[in-house]
Amino acid sequence: MTVLCLIELGDGGAAADASLRALTLARALAGSGGGEVAAVLFAPADAAGPPAAELGAFGVRDVYAVQAGDGYAPAAWARGLAELAVSAAAAGVVAAATDRGSEVLAHLGAITGQPVAASCIAARWTSPGLCELVRHRWAGSLLEDAALEATLTLLTVASDAVPAEPAASPADAEVHSFCPDLADTDLVVRAAESAQRSGGVSLATARVVVGGGRGVGGPEGFEVLEELAGLLGGALGVSRVVTSQGWRPHRQQVGQTGTKISPELYLACGISGAIQHMAGCLSAKHIVAVNTDPDAPIIAHADYAVIGDLSQVIPALVEAIRAR
Amino acid sequence: MEIAVFVKRVPMVGGKVVVTADGQDVDTRMSGFTVSPHEECAVEEAVQIVEREGGSVTVVTLGPPEAADQLRDMLALGAQHALLLETDGREWGPIATAAAIADVARHRADSGAAPFDLLLFGNESADTGGFQVGVRVAHALGLPAATGIKRLERTDGGLRASREYRGVQESYDLPLPAVVSVKEGINLPRYPSLPGRLRAKRAAIDTVTPQWQAEGLRKIGLRVPQETRKRAEVLGTGTAAVPALVALLDELGVLP
Ligand SMILES: Cc1cc2nc3c(=O)[nH]c(=O)nc-3n(C[C@H](O)[C@H](O)[C@H](O)COP(=O)(O)OP(=O)(O)OC[C@H]3O[C@@H](n4cnc5c(N)ncnc54)[C@H](O)[C@@H]3O)c2cc1C
Ligand SMILES: Nc1ncnc2c1ncn2[C@@H]1O[C@H](COP(=O)(O)O)[C@@H](O)[C@H]1O
Repeated sequence: MTVLCLIELGDGGAAADASLRALTLARALAGSGGGEVAAVLFAPADAAGPPAAELGAFGVRDVYAVQAGDGYAPAAWARGLAELAVSAAAAGVVAAATDRGSEVLAHLGAITGQPVAASCIAARWTSPGLCELVRHRWAGSLLEDAALEATLTLLTVASDAVPAEPAASPADAEVHSFCPDLADTDLVVRAAESAQRSGGVSLATARVVVGGGRGVGGPEGFEVLEELAGLLGGALGVSRVVTSQGWRPHRQQVGQTGTKISPELYLACGISGAIQHMAGCLSAKHIVAVNTDPDAPIIAHADYAVIGDLSQVIPALVEAIRAR
Repeated sequence: MEIAVFVKRVPMVGGKVVVTADGQDVDTRMSGFTVSPHEECAVEEAVQIVEREGGSVTVVTLGPPEAADQLRDMLALGAQHALLLETDGREWGPIATAAAIADVARHRADSGAAPFDLLLFGNESADTGGFQVGVRVAHALGLPAATGIKRLERTDGGLRASREYRGVQESYDLPLPAVVSVKEGINLPRYPSLPGRLRAKRAAIDTVTPQWQAEGLRKIGLRVPQETRKRAEVLGTGTAAVPALVALLDELGVLP
């Protein structure tokens, strides 16, 4: 039972980390049905070769390079996957639960009339067509055990909760080109990319995130947090209270309806630790909380805490780091 | 522009989610109800468009009779009409939900009322997070769809919808009618005004009763993930904790 896994390409044409995590779950699913995982990527014909060696390390023997025109068109990508699933006799299609992965799988579910289980962290077939899985609800604050009965098993993977693990025995990946039959309607919605990248350290991939919540007190209070983030080569992240007050822009929000972060260190200042906020930092390696309230919920999620007023602690910390 | 916005009634959860003893639901005895922030932003976006160019906003929810409360909340934000797709409280899956929503759009077209030009959704529901109802509705109606949208602008032929992908801005040109699912951050929703709330209290809510259907994804049970972190080690109080904090940052290798 072959499982197709959608691979998104990151910087320099390498497979995106989220896709390698999805590939790890896809390989386990394929194994539970005695089959293999195959990788699918959408790249214009003239693009540099797909990262075959990298995918081979994850146990991929077959890489399908689908020709679906230039750029990203969600319905066209889904049509390509639907046709490839038939031609490769696949029993499942898996993607990372990124904006694109979630969107393409939703289209694929609609095209094939099959259910889609979103944000899975584990999945295996117990018999053909019947999959036992665990998925996130409430952005990971709650787990759902579920059964998925379908002629084509469709899943997205909550990639922040699943590690990327290369296969025990790597495979020699071979690249096949695949040309689906697209309808004009599949290409109506197509992304036009603007060239400019937003500057600075990206919140989603920052090694250090300095977080600020309502406890910062107002827009002026973020200056010193930004200074600290700059010193540590990190990014500023904030809670929803901060964005809904208009103190900081929404793109800096961490949480269920903001950005998911996975830094080495998350220094959360004046943030209470509401479940929707914590959903955005489930995969932070170390959390340090600075809070005046020793009973704030965040203390139960943090590894370390400083009990105190952030408007005193943070400037003193900046000064101490500068003095080193 | 005639706009429909789809919102879902979900429990308002604070510090932690509690599951009922039978493991089937979120315990809501102590909580209020709300809609996802994405959906509230969808309503705000629709109200702003209608304020600019006329038309009307219809808010629609599929849920138990009590979901009328959430419709009134949205009317208070400036929507003109409300429709309840009433259920018996059972959980509906995304396929059945999308089918019931697509029927609403079709009946409206059949009934002679001006058809919807724009169907706005949240990017995902707050509770079940399926990331799919809007796209399924688009396919059922043969409409173009864009998801995860954080900026909407009017163009000659329709709409330009934009979002960010891996740090790059990408935009989609959509003809109307279209389906768009939006994310929090697209706007800052207003607070309901007092006249708005009074109007919402008196407003009529249309009700229809769609048919539930089973689907391939079935819930077996819910559980709270195992807490992996222990209570934090307290480094100290106030600025006296700073040397310990610096030592910790050094140990983690994050100091310049
Ligand atoms: C469906 C849904 C989705 C949501 N999505 C998100 C999301 O993506 N991200 C998000 O953040 N929230 C989200 N929320 C909101 C969330 O529930 C909380 O309301 C929010 O996270 C609280 O922000 P806060 O911690 O800054 O504020 P508060 O909860 O008010 O906490 C402030 C904290 O600061 C401390 N404090 C006060 N003064 C000081 C000081 N001088 N020094 C140090 N500490 C101090 C207080 O002790 C307190 O712990 C969502 C809510 C819902 C319903
Ligand atoms: N029961 C419902 N009633 C109205 N709209 C819904 C319902 N369920 C989902 N939606 C809409 O579809 C979006 C995506 O939901 P989902 O696919 O469940 O993540 C939500 O943000 C809502 O806009």
